[in-house]
Amino acid sequence: MTEVAVSPTSVRVQARPAGFVVDLFSVAQRAVRQIPREPASVIPALIVPIFFYVLNIGALSKVTGAAAHIDFKSFELPVAVVFAVTGVSRASSLVTDIQNGYFDRLTITPVRRLPLLLGLMMADLALVMALAIPVLLVGLALGVHFRTGLPGMVLFVVLSGIWGLVFTGLPYAIALKTGNPGAVNASFVLFFPITFLSTTFVPKAALEGWLRTVATYNPMTYILAGLRALVSQPWSVSTATAVGDAVLAVGAFGLVSITLALLALRGRVRRP
Amino acid sequence: MEGPAIVTEDIARRFDDYWAVDGVNLSIGRGEIYGFLGPNGAGKSTLVRMLCTLLRPSRGRGLVAGYDVARQPELVRLQIGVALQDAALDDRQTGRELLDLQARLYGLRREERLARVAQVLTLVDIGDAVDRQIHTYSGGMKRRLDLAAALIHDPQILFLDEPTTGLDPESRAAVWREVRALQGERGTTIFLTTQYLEEADELADRVGIISRGHLVAEGTPDALKRTVGNDVIVAKVAEMPSAAVDGVRSVAGVEEVVRRGDELMVHAGDGAAAMSPVALALHGSGARVLSLTLRTPTLDDVFLQLTGAHLQADEAAETEGGTSGDAAAAGAAASGGAR
Repeated sequence: MTEVAVSPTSVRVQARPAGFVVDLFSVAQRAVRQIPREPASVIPALIVPIFFYVLNIGALSKVTGAAAHIDFKSFELPVAVVFAVTGVSRASSLVTDIQNGYFDRLTITPVRRLPLLLGLMMADLALVMALAIPVLLVGLALGVHFRTGLPGMVLFVVLSGIWGLVFTGLPYAIALKTGNPGAVNASFVLFFPITFLSTTFVPKAALEGWLRTVATYNPMTYILAGLRALVSQPWSVSTATAVGDAVLAVGAFGLVSITLALLALRGRVRRP
Repeated sequence: MEGPAIVTEDIARRFDDYWAVDGVNLSIGRGEIYGFLGPNGAGKSTLVRMLCTLLRPSRGRGLVAGYDVARQPELVRLQIGVALQDAALDDRQTGRELLDLQARLYGLRREERLARVAQVLTLVDIGDAVDRQIHTYSGGMKRRLDLAAALIHDPQILFLDEPTTGLDPESRAAVWREVRALQGERGTTIFLTTQYLEEADELADRVGIISRGHLVAEGTPDALKRTVGNDVIVAKVAEMPSAAVDGVRSVAGVEEVVRRGDELMVHAGDGAAAMSPVALALHGSGARVLSLTLRTPTLDDVFLQLTGAHLQADEAAETEGGTSGDAAAAGAAASGGAR
C-alpha cells in the first residue's frame, strides 16, 4: 500500500437521513445496475416464453384454434407475456445480501426500511416491463393485431408489468423470512399452479370439472381475460369490464403478496 | 456530543441459554482508541453488534454518542461508522458505486459524495480496481474497501471489528496509520476489536480484555502488563516432573509460575537476575529444558494470567520466536485468503 496522499479526514461532512425518495431511488438504481451484470437471470426469462409461444402456436393453433373458434396467436400472446414477467425478481440477490452481511451494512445506515424492499420492486417493475415488450413484438411480428390499438398495447404492457411486480411479493416474502436461496428458488413452483390451473391453453368455456372450478377462483384467469380483451376486442364496455376484472385480480393478489413481503421485511429489520 | 462517546451499563446478550456477553460495563471517552481484545467466541462481535444497533441487548443498556442503542437507534446510526468482522460488500457493484451508494444513504450531496469518495479511496488504495466489480477483488482489497465504506460519512465514532484480518502487513500498517490519523486529526473515537495482541498494544489508549462474555481486565496496555510483573521467563521443557513448578516457585525474585502444556511462564521482578537460578531449579528437579527465553510481559501474559489460556495459538508461538508482527500478520493474511 502506498503512502496516504490525502487524509480522508480533511473533508468534513455531516451524515443525515437522505429522505424516502433518495433512499428509494438509490436502492432501485443499484438493483437496476445489477441486472445486466447477471444476464443468466434475465435471458431465460425472455427466451423461454418466446420459445413456448412459437412452439404452442405451431403445435396447437389448428386444433385448439379451430375447436374454440379463436385466433390462437392472439389468444396465447398474453400467456407468453405472463410467462415472461412472472417470477422475475431480485429476491435471490436480496438473499445474497442477507447472507454476506451487506443487508446488515445497509440497515446500519440511516436508510428507511421500506425502500430496501420497494427499491428492489421498482427495479423489478422496470425489468418485467422491458421483458414484456420483446415478447409483444414477437407476437406482432407473427401477425397478432391489437384491436384496441396503441393505447391497448401500452395498457397491455403496464398491466402485465404490474402483475409481474405483485407476484414478486411472494419470493421477497420468502427471501426476507428465510434468508435461504434454496427456499427462494423453490418459490418458483408457485408459478405453475397459478399459471397453468387457468385458461392458459383454452377458453374457460372449454374447461371442465375441477379445473374449471379452480380456474374460476384463480386470479390468473381474469388477468389473462383482461389481456386477451385488449388484444382481441375493440374498446367497449365488455373490454373495459374484462380489464377492470384483471385489475381487481392483480390488486387482490398484490394485497396478499405485498402484505406478506412487508411483514417479512418488518420481521427481518426488527432487531433480534 | 457531551460526556463519554460510549457507555455500557451491565450490557448483556443471550442466545437461547448462552450468554455471549454477560454484564459488561464500559466508559469510553471521546477521541479515545479503545481496544477490545479477546479470542474467537469471547463476545467481541456480539458487543459491537449491540452498539451498532444490529442486536438488541437482552439486559442492561448501551449509550453511543449519548443515544440509547435500544431506544434511539436512528440517532445512533448517524453518529457511527462500522466495519464488521466480515467485509460486507455487494460483489456486483464496483468499489466506486458501493461507496457512492453508501454516501447517498447518509444523505451526502453530490459534491460531498465526490469529495469523500475521492478521499477515502486514497486510504484504501485499490487503484484502478475501484471501477471493477468487487467480485474481482482479493480478500485484502475487500477489507480495505469495507473500511472506506465505514468512513464515507466522516463518523465521529468508528467501530472496527477485527479491521486488519485479511490484510497483508503493509496494508495493516497503513490501516494503523489511518486509525491514528482519524483519532489525531478528527478526534474520532475508535472502538476496535482484535485478537491480535500487537494491534491492541500498538493502537489502543486503553484495552479491555473479554473472555467468555465477561470483561476480565481493563486499562492501558502498559498498566495491564505491569500487573503480571516486570519480566517473563519462558521455559520450554521436554520432560516436566511435578517438582519442577515448586522448585521454580521457590527461587528468590520469582513472583508467579504458570504452567501450560510443556511451557512454564515464570514472572519475575528482575528477569535477568532470576534466569540462572530458574535454570538451576529446573535442572535440579530433573526437567529437560529445551529453551529458556527472557522477555517483557505481553498482553497475552495478562490474558494467560486472567483466564489460564493463551489468547491464540499463533501468538503463543510468536512469543517463543521473539517476533510478533509477522506471525500475527501471517495469520491475518491466511485468514483473509481463506475468505
